[in-house]
Amino acid sequence: MTEDILIIEGLKKHFTIGHHGVVRRKPITVKAVDGVSLKVRRGETFGLVGESGSGKSTIAYITVGMYQPTAGTIYFEGADLFTNGRTRPAALRKQIQIVFQDPGSSLNPRRTLRQILELPLRIHQPDTDPLMEAMRLLDLVELPFEYLHKYPQMLSGGEKQIVAIARALATKPSLIVLDEPTSALDVSVQGKIINLLIRLQREFDLTYLFITHDLSLMRNLASRVGIMYLGKLCEVAETATFFQNPQHPYTQMLLSSIPVISEAEEALKPAKIVSTGEIPSPVDVPLGCSFHTRCPHVMDICRQVDPVMVETGSGHIARCHLFEQPAELVAGFHPELAHTGAVQ
Amino acid sequence: MTHQAEAREFAPTLTRSRVRELERKNRLDNLGRAWYKFSRNPLSIVGAATVLIVTLLAIFAPFVAPYPEHVKPFTDFANASLPPSLTHAFGTDEIGRDILSRVIFGFRDALLMGVTVLALVVPVGVLLGLVAGYFHGTRIDTVIMRLTDIFLAVPPLVLALAIASVLKPNLFNAMMAVSLMWWPWYTRLVYGLTSALRNEFFVASAETLGASTSHILFRELLPNMVSPIFTKMSLDMGWVIIIGSMLSYVGLGVQPPKPGLGTMVASGAKFLPDLWWISIFPGLAIVVVVLGFNLLGDGLRDLFAAEEI
Amino acid sequence: MIGQPPLLEIKDLSVHFRVYGGVLRVLDGVNFHVQAGEKVGLVGETGCGKTTAMKAILRILPEPQAVVPQGEIRFKGEDILKMKPDRLRKLRGKGISMVFQDPTAALNPVFTVGQQLDPIIRHASSENHKLSRQEVRQRSSVPLREVALADPERLLRSYPIQLSGGMRQRVCIGMALATNPELLIADEPGTSLDVTIQDQVLRLLHDLVERKGTSVILITHTLGVVRETTDRLYVMYAGSMVEVAPTQRLFASPLHPYTQGLMASVPRLSGGGVAHGIPGRIPTYLSPPSGCRFHTRCPHVMDICRKEKPPPFQVDDQHAVACFLYKDGGGATSRVPQ
Repeated sequence: MTEDILIIEGLKKHFTIGHHGVVRRKPITVKAVDGVSLKVRRGETFGLVGESGSGKSTIAYITVGMYQPTAGTIYFEGADLFTNGRTRPAALRKQIQIVFQDPGSSLNPRRTLRQILELPLRIHQPDTDPLMEAMRLLDLVELPFEYLHKYPQMLSGGEKQIVAIARALATKPSLIVLDEPTSALDVSVQGKIINLLIRLQREFDLTYLFITHDLSLMRNLASRVGIMYLGKLCEVAETATFFQNPQHPYTQMLLSSIPVISEAEEALKPAKIVSTGEIPSPVDVPLGCSFHTRCPHVMDICRQVDPVMVETGSGHIARCHLFEQPAELVAGFHPELAHTGAVQ
Repeated sequence: MTHQAEAREFAPTLTRSRVRELERKNRLDNLGRAWYKFSRNPLSIVGAATVLIVTLLAIFAPFVAPYPEHVKPFTDFANASLPPSLTHAFGTDEIGRDILSRVIFGFRDALLMGVTVLALVVPVGVLLGLVAGYFHGTRIDTVIMRLTDIFLAVPPLVLALAIASVLKPNLFNAMMAVSLMWWPWYTRLVYGLTSALRNEFFVASAETLGASTSHILFRELLPNMVSPIFTKMSLDMGWVIIIGSMLSYVGLGVQPPKPGLGTMVASGAKFLPDLWWISIFPGLAIVVVVLGFNLLGDGLRDLFAAEEI
Repeated sequence: MIGQPPLLEIKDLSVHFRVYGGVLRVLDGVNFHVQAGEKVGLVGETGCGKTTAMKAILRILPEPQAVVPQGEIRFKGEDILKMKPDRLRKLRGKGISMVFQDPTAALNPVFTVGQQLDPIIRHASSENHKLSRQEVRQRSSVPLREVALADPERLLRSYPIQLSGGMRQRVCIGMALATNPELLIADEPGTSLDVTIQDQVLRLLHDLVERKGTSVILITHTLGVVRETTDRLYVMYAGSMVEVAPTQRLFASPLHPYTQGLMASVPRLSGGGVAHGIPGRIPTYLSPPSGCRFHTRCPHVMDICRKEKPPPFQVDDQHAVACFLYKDGGGATSRVPQ
């Protein structure tokens, strides 16, 4: 069954963080996610990559129900997740779970592991013995049973994250969103967590939406990779293709900046593109293509028109004027226009 | 590798009783650690000891006070106005009552007032703060916090005096008056704490898992606020006692002949400076009690704020 | 460079912390040195004691829990641990400067950048008279320009919250270098930043340091970061240095089992799956393992490892490994198959 378990369509999330001026009160909006569409196949690990302000974490939080979309929607196994607005039915809720980035704050420091693990069990499996099921969860992630009575502070960072994974499994979900699960951990611990995730994925036929900024990790874990910049998707491709043949200038810039530890890997990186300038703030997104202020291949059209996502190869899509056919270019480009026309 | 090859034998080796035992050990360990941190500062120990002694005196007053009958209507003009001596450690007042005994019983009313006010104020204030903080930005938040603001806008002592003077003057009504003006402080405190904490990931996690609101408020959020709340409670005991004494002093609290510390200070004031012991000892008693609770509160604050290495 | 006395030398340093339950024996005989003009990297994972060691250098350890039972930290020959407060104050900022890990936490949110630079400029000035506000403002633009921050005038008036993470980190670096210190300690300077910005910041640090001839200690837990920016590399585990070598040497042939485990754990851009990391966890400092502190997790543990702590064995010129596998020294090849 390789159908699409998750379909994100035209998703937008705008936050109003304040107002300009006293009289007119123009709202200041952060366009955290600004029109993202992607599909995740059942059983795969979809890697979502991006830097701060890209909106990748926001997508994670919307998928799991923490935020409501401003526009667009998400379909899970065909069902619209937001038909009931804020309230998501329990049956849907248990299917999608999340593992947060910071294990220090995702586990309540005042609760024992037993209490932390028993919470989802009591809610979603009320007819079973919570203690027994909690032990079963610990066993699944290969932690000793004695840990049940410990508080999170007594565990190492890696162990805490393992508990967070066990907790996500408690509701027997089909999709787990992982928001930078190993970014706060040392590299020697990361391997253990990733291998655990791989084993669990096989054992329980899980689908992962894996969010990270660590491209080397993505290379070894994801089946497909999507890269985001300032709220929009730039490029999506199968992993090998993504790394061997990156199309979008931002992808190339990112890949050329990764710190690697061997000459062999250095040779695999695209030519060094030195990033100049700051990442624009999501409050103040540049007109036209949001990347044009840092792009080494910037053209006139980039400053005015936001590019459309086009297919550049089998299963490989990129959103950049470099790849648009002349017809598409003409359709969107008006030299006399002073503002962007979102040609989507 | 196939699924089957990886299937593990699930052998739960932990029994219920062992889990309980381990959790008990955990709690003891936490207490030990807390005591270690608390005892770093000798003043905190002084505060804790003072509070303990005062509490014990208050509880066992009838057995500890040398002249327990002196707190009831009693006169003995033969022994009136005696300065401190071996038979009367704090001397006697103008109608012959032993001041030491009355002070010990006075602790009773002081502590009773403190405990009662807090017992009323803390649950109400904390609950309102939790609800308002969790539903930050909604109408519930606005309603609760504006109500809090209204109560806070009135100068506390004025409010207490106003209420107490309308009602019959006695200890109970004094307690009610103080309670009415005290709860907003807890709401404010908890509101701030809740608003900050509710953005933590463990709260988001509980919400994602489908936990009920009451679970999140009382099982996830509240345990993380116990520290500042307890600290405030300890410091508040001192304040409530002082305010209670002030009310008694102006005649709105404990009525004579009952032994309220503030009342005693008031009735002895006219004999200053000759019969100094009638006012001074009850006054000192107030100082000692309040100081004790303050030191204890400071110690608690240091305890909870201490960083782990 | 070789043959001269080192700019900074840590000899046999131990640091303990008194806590509930006993004593945390964190640093256990640390040996470390930096030559003038050198860029030295210190790689170690969470809890290995690297931040403790750096705090010991500047004597900003938490008192009264911290105890230094033995060791010397010599800066240009003088023992920092024995310095009087006055001398120490002169040393901090002028002799040794530090850039902390989290620029958001290192900058005071209620003061503008200019207000925070002010005391540093004054401390750094060699003039005897009190500098006027005009003078301070003029001099303040210099460090900001040096870290490639555009429009320093506007920046001096800005609050930290108005700046991006990368800009904040650059301000911190600028502040640290404003006093022209001889030694700069940079604690994980890029960790909280995006990888493209981190690249920028590290590049900048590298250029600045080359230009001014400052010596640098670069602390990190990410191996990739130090590969291009350091001359020599120390690897630290559980309170002591387990290996030291010139950077290229270390990457080409890591000898200590921990270093090898660390290198093997890093996901490769070439693909090939994710390694399993190093089994076990770092030991508790309350009762650390006897002998070599890594022996509980070492795939090549021997009897002697459990009993005695291995001293650093010189394997090659400038390459030393604290492991009994290399007791007899031994050429450029690794004893252990990689």
